[in-house]
Amino acid sequence: MVTRGFVGRRQPSETGARLPPGQYLTDDFPILQIGPNPIVDRATWRFTIREGSRPIKAWSWDEFEALPRTTWHGDIHCVTKWSKFDTTWEGVSFDDLLADAGIAAPTGFLLAESYDDYTTNVPVADLVGGRALVATRYAGEPIHPDHGGPARLFVPHLYFWKSAKWLKGLRFTQTDTAGFWELRGYHMYGDPWREQRYIGD
Amino acid sequence: MSSATSVIEPIVFRWHQAEITAIAPVTPHVKSVRLRCALAQTYRAGQHVDVRLTAEDGYQAQRSYSIASAQDGSGTFELMIEALPDGEVSGWFSQCAEVGDRVEMRGPIGGSFSWDGPDGGPLLLGGGGSGVVPLLAMLRRRAQHWRAIPAALIYSARTHAEMIALAELEQLAATDPQVSLHLAATREPGGKRIDAALVAGALTRIGAPGKVFLCGSNRFVAAASDLIMAAGVAPGLIRTERFGA
Repeated sequence: MVTRGFVGRRQPSETGARLPPGQYLTDDFPILQIGPNPIVDRATWRFTIREGSRPIKAWSWDEFEALPRTTWHGDIHCVTKWSKFDTTWEGVSFDDLLADAGIAAPTGFLLAESYDDYTTNVPVADLVGGRALVATRYAGEPIHPDHGGPARLFVPHLYFWKSAKWLKGLRFTQTDTAGFWELRGYHMYGDPWREQRYIGD
Repeated sequence: MSSATSVIEPIVFRWHQAEITAIAPVTPHVKSVRLRCALAQTYRAGQHVDVRLTAEDGYQAQRSYSIASAQDGSGTFELMIEALPDGEVSGWFSQCAEVGDRVEMRGPIGGSFSWDGPDGGPLLLGGGGSGVVPLLAMLRRRAQHWRAIPAALIYSARTHAEMIALAELEQLAATDPQVSLHLAATREPGGKRIDAALVAGALTRIGAPGKVFLCGSNRFVAAASDLIMAAGVAPGLIRTERFGA
């Protein structure tokens, strides 16, 4: 449906090609979350992988920092329609986490769980093969608490609500189990290039 | 998987047509835009909608706007749209939109940042700039049906002239003993930012809050959250929405 008089601000074609549908480019780094930053102390920080309620492996901050590091450079896309180009993140790849735990993924899905009780679901297939990190550094610095530090999930090919801030663990689930926003109408998968913002997209 | 499961109807957000029924300036940079839309039948105070504009060649732009009105059975709702510098969508609303124009909308979105009477109170609300809009909807909802619930609004804006619906808010605070208004004009002579005294003043009026909603820039929301938690409010009661950087 055409909106009378609306022309729009076209992006240069190079920018446009990098922007998923419905997104606009920002140089800011907007902050979106359901409540205040939880207070997360590296001294007591624990990161735990579970299958259902059963813990498989847990790391302290120092143990986690000793794991192999992976750097990722590229663009991120938020469901609230901003995209940010050329960001650099560093952390531990999901593959390296599983390797250190000495397991293969026991199920095809998991829920990322955060210190503020936020959750979000991601298929395991979207985390393996170098596609996801548990990130601890952004632009070469420790991640600021506003952006999810000390550690956040990082799955850049999905909308950024999947990249849960203040991550405390990953819980493998037998089925694809909706998290916080997915229970409130957000898409179960969230591919920006298919504009899967909400259920039914 | 049997524990903690409940049957929740999937929420599906489809695009709806919406027709502008009224436009009026409310501050030098903000316009009230009232629209007739099927979505106006069911929403909660605090929720927002996605608005989509389409150019002749099919190019589209979308932005999110909080709903300012409380449900009133009119089949319409009110948005407050601030004209941002180079705003692609807000620029259309501020410079081009007229009564009778049609846009597309979907929602209402944002279940965790919403309130209705059964959620209880007292309500502690903190708005920075146009972040007051979803809080205005909550106060309007409260005024319709839930006047026994105490509410305090901390409202920070650059100047009094830029405060959205200030006359309505002052009238409400003057006539409803359960509502208090705590203003901070940051760019006026003798002005101030939100501080511990302002938060203490609000808490004195309403007592221990049952629900806290904060909306505004990241700087405002971060400052307000820290002050409110420092005043002894449990973090789990606080819900936030932020915009900008």
